[in-house]
Amino acid sequence: MLSFNFEKVRTEQDAIRAAAVGGRYIAGGTTLIDLMREEVERPEHLVDINALPMADIRADGFDLVIGALARMSDVAAHPETKRLEPLVAEALIEGASPQLRNMASTGGNLLQRVRCPYFRMLDAACNKRDPGSGCSAINGLNAGHAILGTSDHCVATHPSDVAVALVALEATMRVKGPDGERTFPVEELFRLPGNAPHLEHTLRPGELIVEIRVPGGPYARQARYLKVRDRASYEFALVSAAVALETAGGTIWQARVAVGGVGTRPWRMRAVEEALRDKPPGRNVFEAAAQLALEGARPLSHNHYKVELLPRTIVRALEMAGDVA
Amino acid sequence: MSMSDHNDAPSGKTRPTSGTTAPRSTLSRRSILQMAGGAASLAAAAGVAAQPALPGGPPVASTMHVRMVVNGSARQLEVDPRQSLLDVLRETLDLTGTKKGCNQGACGACTVLLNGRRVTSCLTLAVMHDGAEITTIEGLAQGDELHPLQAAFIAHDGFQCGFCTPGQIMSGVACIAEGHATSPEQIQFWMSGNICRCGAYPGIVAAVADAAGRT
Repeated sequence: MLSFNFEKVRTEQDAIRAAAVGGRYIAGGTTLIDLMREEVERPEHLVDINALPMADIRADGFDLVIGALARMSDVAAHPETKRLEPLVAEALIEGASPQLRNMASTGGNLLQRVRCPYFRMLDAACNKRDPGSGCSAINGLNAGHAILGTSDHCVATHPSDVAVALVALEATMRVKGPDGERTFPVEELFRLPGNAPHLEHTLRPGELIVEIRVPGGPYARQARYLKVRDRASYEFALVSAAVALETAGGTIWQARVAVGGVGTRPWRMRAVEEALRDKPPGRNVFEAAAQLALEGARPLSHNHYKVELLPRTIVRALEMAGDVA
Repeated sequence: MSMSDHNDAPSGKTRPTSGTTAPRSTLSRRSILQMAGGAASLAAAAGVAAQPALPGGPPVASTMHVRMVVNGSARQLEVDPRQSLLDVLRETLDLTGTKKGCNQGACGACTVLLNGRRVTSCLTLAVMHDGAEITTIEGLAQGDELHPLQAAFIAHDGFQCGFCTPGQIMSGVACIAEGHATSPEQIQFWMSGNICRCGAYPGIVAAVADAAGRT
């Protein structure tokens, strides 16, 4: 591991000041330390933000508010999470391992780097790690890679589970930076790779994620997260789906669908949602709507199976949420 | 590439300032291996020291002071900021029960309790844990009396080669304390952060279930 300066900050102001001049925030460290050891990440100045008072989890009316430093395990186990947003708890528990969930923060989870093997392989081409060097995954071992939102420069998936649930539920995030505070949808945190895959998020220099707000709603309780993977636990998604339904009188009033494991960012499926609206919940309706998820899909040499698996995963998740299986 | 895999801070850079390890009356297998590897280690250390600083890069980090309570004993340490909690436990405090498996947070062999919660000690920096309480496998037994889960691992053949066992047991202690050891299926799910390459899983699950039933 290369040398770095280490600074522990006690106030948000000190944190933002340090990060605005190139300091790198560290919270759980489960992504960053691993990649620093591989010299994929080479921060010169680490800013430890764990002493900041940003780990609260609370209800605000029907909204769930999650401090950016709240650990995955604490968010998942919190009574207010289970009461207001069980989808968030379910998605968290399906991610990582118990040890990692005890360490990883909510803000860090959203900002975690990709799990593309070529990203962490210093002798492979990777536009994310080394802009302009090419992409070893496009013609390489790409069974785990994306079919949506890819470019000729990067095909890596965003690995977070809870981000998929947060995008489905239209969560927002509050950030503070040198120029003050702003709030925006979690969905807008993530960039498409385009021709600059090394730029992954829309945070400005020095900005610090303070909290995530998950709006409550009638659909929040009729919601499920289904994760399909190569083993039963502790594995990244091949395909995952977060779905939420509001039904009444045998009709779907509102649907929310987002998917993971297939997109270069957590992927909201608005066309699928629209196709479900005002329809009776049931297999035929779900299957017809789920086919719309494949619009724009570009499978690679080893991940054609995701074209089949994606709509099936959405259908199964909708059946689980609608309890009509 | 090979250097990047092994150039964590050399252990000689750090030392406990008080409460060092108990004097050893006999040579351990570990100390003999260390002596045998001495020449190679010196060469590696010289290689690190000779590495030029990056142009405009930061100064080489100095050590930082960290206090921890490890298995009930207060420790004062000078650590290189690059040192993982795992490396400080093993190299500085000589608590080698905690194992380094993958060093990537994937295998769970390095699991310890950090302020009562199970973590992979390879994926966190020691310098981040000033004031923390750590429990390692060495801190579980009460004198000669094994922790109930240690005894259960023996009773149920919860291991073969034993390399993953300290991490399995620390993770199992936490799994039980969290209330997650309620069924074999739950134990399998909540112990999934610990890999056993010998495949002793049936014994591990039985041991955790047995110990959970006794507490």
